[in-house]
Amino acid sequence: MIDEILQEFLMESRESLDQLDRELVALEEDPRNNARLASIFRTVHTIKGTSGFFQFAKLESVAHVGENLLSRLRDGVILLEGTRTTALLAMVDAIRVLLSQIEASEAEGEGEYGSLIEILSLTLEDETLAQASALLSGRGAAAVTPLPLPFVKLPSDPPETVVEAAARVTAASAARAEQPTASTQAAAAKAAAVPAPPPAQVAERRPAAAEPALEHEAASAERSNVDPRIRVDVRLLDRLMNLVGELVLARNQLLQHASGSVDNALVSTCQGLNLITTELQEGVMKTRMQPIENVWNRFPRVVRDLAQLCGKQVRLEMEGGTTELDKTIIEAIGDPLTHLVRNSIDHGIELPHKRAEAGKPALGTLRLRAFHEGGRVNIEISDDGHGIDAERVKARALERGLITAERARALSQSEVHGLLFLAGFSTAEKVSNISGRGVGLDVVKSNIERLGGSVDIDSVPERGTTFRIRIPLTLAIIPALVIGAAGERFAIPQVNLVELVRIDIEQARTLIERIHGVPVYRLRGNLLALVELGHVLELRQDDQPRDLNMIVLQADDRQFGLLVDEIFDTEEIVVKPLGRELKSLQTYAGATIMGDGRVALILDVAGLAERAGVGNAERRIAIESAAQRERRDVRVSVEQLLLFRSGRSVRMAIPLSEVARLEEFSRSRVERVGAEEVVQYRGEILPLVHLSELFGEPRGDNDMLQVLVHASGQRSVGFVVEAIEDVIQQEIVSSRRGGRPGTLGSAVIQGKVTEILDAAAVRGLLGG
Amino acid sequence: MVSTQLCTFSVDDLLFGVEVTQVQEVLRYQPMTRIPLAPDRIRGLINLRGQIVTAIDLRSCLGFAPRSDGELAMNVVIRGVDSSVSLLVDSIGDVIEVPEDAFELPPSTMKPAQRNLIQGICKLPGRLLLVLAPERVLSSTQADARSRAGALVS
Repeated sequence: MIDEILQEFLMESRESLDQLDRELVALEEDPRNNARLASIFRTVHTIKGTSGFFQFAKLESVAHVGENLLSRLRDGVILLEGTRTTALLAMVDAIRVLLSQIEASEAEGEGEYGSLIEILSLTLEDETLAQASALLSGRGAAAVTPLPLPFVKLPSDPPETVVEAAARVTAASAARAEQPTASTQAAAAKAAAVPAPPPAQVAERRPAAAEPALEHEAASAERSNVDPRIRVDVRLLDRLMNLVGELVLARNQLLQHASGSVDNALVSTCQGLNLITTELQEGVMKTRMQPIENVWNRFPRVVRDLAQLCGKQVRLEMEGGTTELDKTIIEAIGDPLTHLVRNSIDHGIELPHKRAEAGKPALGTLRLRAFHEGGRVNIEISDDGHGIDAERVKARALERGLITAERARALSQSEVHGLLFLAGFSTAEKVSNISGRGVGLDVVKSNIERLGGSVDIDSVPERGTTFRIRIPLTLAIIPALVIGAAGERFAIPQVNLVELVRIDIEQARTLIERIHGVPVYRLRGNLLALVELGHVLELRQDDQPRDLNMIVLQADDRQFGLLVDEIFDTEEIVVKPLGRELKSLQTYAGATIMGDGRVALILDVAGLAERAGVGNAERRIAIESAAQRERRDVRVSVEQLLLFRSGRSVRMAIPLSEVARLEEFSRSRVERVGAEEVVQYRGEILPLVHLSELFGEPRGDNDMLQVLVHASGQRSVGFVVEAIEDVIQQEIVSSRRGGRPGTLGSAVIQGKVTEILDAAAVRGLLGG
Repeated sequence: MVSTQLCTFSVDDLLFGVEVTQVQEVLRYQPMTRIPLAPDRIRGLINLRGQIVTAIDLRSCLGFAPRSDGELAMNVVIRGVDSSVSLLVDSIGDVIEVPEDAFELPPSTMKPAQRNLIQGICKLPGRLLLVLAPERVLSSTQADARSRAGALVS
């Protein structure tokens, strides 16, 4: 019984503390808001009273002195300012630590709070305030021991739920950077623990329209004993969801039977049931929805602490906090959002004097905005800082070897912004403990994509930057395309879908080309790797030509075409997790129950691409600039390589993506233009380069010339090779040693030394 | 005297038992959706009133020949830690009560594939009953799936 009361106390107190953070920051902005002050006072008073009941002496004494301070503030004897706010926030942290201790061990632990109590007592009088302030600034990060961890969720390790499985639907490949929760929270804790004496000019301002809602909230909090809400175990809701799912299936079957019936009473009863079931389903879905405010509540405190730490002045504006999202998404979006908020303050908003120089008000604005659009939720995080410096981003990407100099010049604005999301990228001049530890926006991006969402950047130099996140409302039910292959049915999440292409038998012969057994399709000029679902899943081996449906899919940065037999329909499917005995199969993200009651597997597009060996376009570009190549070994990470012999003995490889086409020309078609050999090819003149000659071997004497067509810009060049050997997928580490002009170096591929052709350099050697 | 209740079933010519507390329910043949790339012993997925349950064939686990086409497997649904699994067996027997002292360790001469999945042998009058350890069936299946997935990657 006691346990139950204690549990309730802990849970309620934790919620109150989050609210306290927010209210204290808001109160600092508007110290004479008596309603808010009264609400804060009540919360602290309740904690004090209940801890007295449980005989938690330390907790009671900390809350007691806080209550004294609040009581004097309320009576108007003293006024809230920076030092007092910081002291009160430190009190909130201390209470949080004590509560975690109590939760873990049912005891208050070893922590000593004497100094905090002393500081709080000193802030009671204006005369001793300066002393308190000095003490506060003397308290380093270590003084608040143990470190309070703001917004740490209770560590729980539940079995995979419906929704975690759902998250896997869009989850990309297995190797992912870890979410930097621990470190960011530690950083946050430090930020929280280092107070700055000057009063912060941090404020939470809501647009006027949101004001009544806030008051309404305060009012309902006052009448907490008539709160129309109740706490429900999420597991119960999950179970209800499952049951409703079953009900929907049962209804579908019943409707099917009834449709053939002449019994009017049965038919009308079924229709009634139909309507009720639909409403019930919607109702249960709604129970899981929560306002995004639940995540945003932590931000006023985060922004205040961070701004103080960076010496910046930031005002936080929040709009659309009542926008609702599924509970699991709310939970998962918190960390990425926090990261972006930190990022905006750390990198976006300038120091006050710089802002003044730029003619902007010293007080920077950080704006959070959420709204529904087209069945999805948009969240925007905008700052009015200095924007993204494209040149610095490019320079950094070059320095990190993420792009080549040639490519850097050709990048568009949005492509430059895309670089920020590459792993290992950070433009921060100095590594701060706020952001810029190298685990940056790439983690944010992958976390959001895991939720089936997307993130993009909009930035105007000197005007500011906006991060725009688009996420689905829920993960438990997703739109999916149902397809058939080799007699089996599968669902493909709609988020991965790019387009559908139908290829009939006749077209299949000509449009699907093969590079040594690897089928590729020419989609509007780009070569798209093809994967036949039946083959990947080992459902069949045959290769008979038939009508095909190609689904162009996108997973991470890669695109490929999936060949299936049939395309049925798009449906809203309820995602269910697979048992742990199937976890190692990365080709599936879960399963769902179809209208006929049978189970269908949900394909994991990233896992499928991985298994089929489809490469990653962006990671391919890890070829570094020449200057760096000389210093150390080159790491070339290539997805698919075409292996060939340039002459009788030299084995070479070229990234398949650089090869536009493979051709065979009869020797008789070769013509001469000056010293150059050319062939007429697709209405153009294609210059030929004999790679064997270039690399010091005699020219081959085959009647048919094997030619790799390399296109760059306007002009194509044909590389004549001795023989094409294979297409492989391999990550290679090439070494500069032995590298000669025209190659990127050599690597060991399939146990043999292989040189990597540098097509651009070869063309350079020829002046082409 | 302490006794245990066992749910019995047969696979090939052997009689097996599982403690009733571990059994969620027993079902006749259920249509299954097969899972490409999964190990042979995982026969498919079953829709058990909205819950998706993996079906593991005990014949395959124990190294017996596969069921002939006309024979339909029965399901013994075992309560798992976080989800249930169904063990596919040939036929279902009675629930019997056996005294705890009737158990013995499986003989070391049993085939390892079978011995590993058995936690004890119970001497019934005229017949031996092998007491299955469902968690070992699960862990060996997981190991099988993992090694298969590993083999696929390389």
